Amino acid sequence: MSLKAIALGLMATSVLAGSALAQDEQVKIGVSIPAATHGFMGGLNWHAQEAEKRLEAAHPNIDLIIVTADGPSDQASDLEDLVSVQQIDALVVLPFESEPLTEPVRAVKDAGAFITVVDRGLTDPTIQDVYVSGNNTEMGVNSAEYMMTRLGEGDNIVILRGIPTVLDTERFDAFMSTIEGSGINVLDDEFANWNRDDGFEVMQDFLSRFPDIDGVWAQDDDITLGVVEAIRQAGREDEMFVVGGAGMKEIVKGVMEGDELVPVDVLYPPAQIATAMDVTVAHFTSNGPVRGEYILGSPLITQENAEQFYFPDSPF
Amino acid sequence: MSVSAHEPVKSSKGFRIDLKTAGPLVALILLVILGYSLNPLFLGEGNVTNLLTRSAFIGIIAVGATFVITAGGIDLSVGSMAAFIAGVMIIVMNWAVDSMGVSIWTVVLGIGCSLILGVGAGFINGFLTTKGKIEAFIVTLGTMGIYRSLVTYFANGGTLSLNNSAREIYRPVYYDSFLRLPYPVWVFIIVAILGWILMNRTAFGRYCMAIGSNEHVARYSAIKVDRVRTMTFILQGLCVSLATIIYVPRLGSASAATGVLWELEAIAAVIIGGTMLKGGFGRVGGTVIGALILTAIGNILNLTEIISNYLNGAVQGVIIIAAVYLQRGSLRAGRKKAE
Repeated sequence: MSLKAIALGLMATSVLAGSALAQDEQVKIGVSIPAATHGFMGGLNWHAQEAEKRLEAAHPNIDLIIVTADGPSDQASDLEDLVSVQQIDALVVLPFESEPLTEPVRAVKDAGAFITVVDRGLTDPTIQDVYVSGNNTEMGVNSAEYMMTRLGEGDNIVILRGIPTVLDTERFDAFMSTIEGSGINVLDDEFANWNRDDGFEVMQDFLSRFPDIDGVWAQDDDITLGVVEAIRQAGREDEMFVVGGAGMKEIVKGVMEGDELVPVDVLYPPAQIATAMDVTVAHFTSNGPVRGEYILGSPLITQENAEQFYFPDSPF
Repeated sequence: MSVSAHEPVKSSKGFRIDLKTAGPLVALILLVILGYSLNPLFLGEGNVTNLLTRSAFIGIIAVGATFVITAGGIDLSVGSMAAFIAGVMIIVMNWAVDSMGVSIWTVVLGIGCSLILGVGAGFINGFLTTKGKIEAFIVTLGTMGIYRSLVTYFANGGTLSLNNSAREIYRPVYYDSFLRLPYPVWVFIIVAILGWILMNRTAFGRYCMAIGSNEHVARYSAIKVDRVRTMTFILQGLCVSLATIIYVPRLGSASAATGVLWELEAIAAVIIGGTMLKGGFGRVGGTVIGALILTAIGNILNLTEIISNYLNGAVQGVIIIAAVYLQRGSLRAGRKKAE
């Protein structure tokens, strides 16, 4: 919904403002994101680079500078460099961790830059001009609601969680409160660390422990890949289905082709960085205000709509 | 000093269990009893097979690590090396499928590629340590970073996936079994037996212990220290390569998240098994038990709901320390007996 609004808004502004911009001076926008150390961040990096190409081609006076960091302190150094060396006019930042990066981002703000925060928020939201994020609560709710369409009173599910973080807790709590009262029985939940190998091992253990499983909420597509292998190894494909999350291309492709074991996926878009970059550029090119919060939806990806979430060139 | 370290080796003729093996073995038995009492399914056939198959990866790598550590070195690069080898294997096999079609040779090519890379990577670590005169800790810290970023680069930050038809041929290597034991377990058993013989029944094993307990004395005793050291790293590379060969058919993919922290698990298995971190004394049998202990802990935590998920790491830490403490206790008892 809001995504559509942004897209429409951008189209309008680029048409209206395109000509007026030619004589404007150069705008430098720094983009600071975590390095591509796992699937989702790999996808996010790819979408950032694609957006950079597209935006720089569309707006000759916009210069986007993407820097990737291996950890919170590394990212803080990146921010210092963006301000002192590049003298950026705006910053798009996906903070590694909320707390340690709040002050470094505030310093960038004090240097006069326009701030867009993505996904993981800062502890002081007054610093940001724009906030773009996926919706963890909606992700949990949509996963649970799909479960409820397939399962009911007395059916059993197991849950494979991510890494113990606020983000994971938001998804989990939303899921649990949605299925409350549906009669669906959660046998157990374990952390699988958003990792295929752990997903495989945790699922193997669930399978040897519980003779009757009707559904699996894997919460993440990397975990889903491991879960699927464990179920195949046990030869129990016909007994259950798996709901993952994020929108990994392999999983989305399977959904598109009507995979029965993984019939749906729930989006948590790695492309949100592109949205954030679009909005930030719009601040300099649009004649309307862009400040505010842009929460992207986490829709259910089904066989019918899977095509619009499939990016075959993305690494994720 | 070195005399006392060699004593138990001399006294243990045949497969007789001596006091030092008792520590980790007792820990494993206690763990099995704990697992069974928490959930009887722990000793179900399916679960035992899963557990053994899982411990094969870390176990095989840890057998190699036993030699490196015994000779006074350390290899931090094994996890990244496994990810790197897995990534290159997948790229090569996918390329072979595209250009020559799928056959059993695709898999043979992948396996050959893995062996060459493993031995080569081990040689690089060994060469830089011995001829380059750089601390093994620093060399392998460096190669750890190099391999990890190379696999991230190859995968473009995402996942390298093996071509589906090649996977169908390769899959049995992980999932099929012989005499009801999956192939990875057989590889683990063979590697462990060969490792045991190499450590306890050959000159090479004695040289490793001699170098680890006192490098200078070993050098004056006409032991080719550099060559033996390099060989331990090559052996480690070979073990990583074997582990990777059975790892790839499991999920048919490699990414930057593959093999993360395997080096620490391998080192933990070696130390739990009774090998000394400072070198000079190595136990391959203990390492095998150490690997089983580590895998069993994770498995038991998944089989029970008693402990909060957030505390899994803490429980693992406590059990690792307790296992090593038990072994130290029996060491002391053994020494008293000898006096």
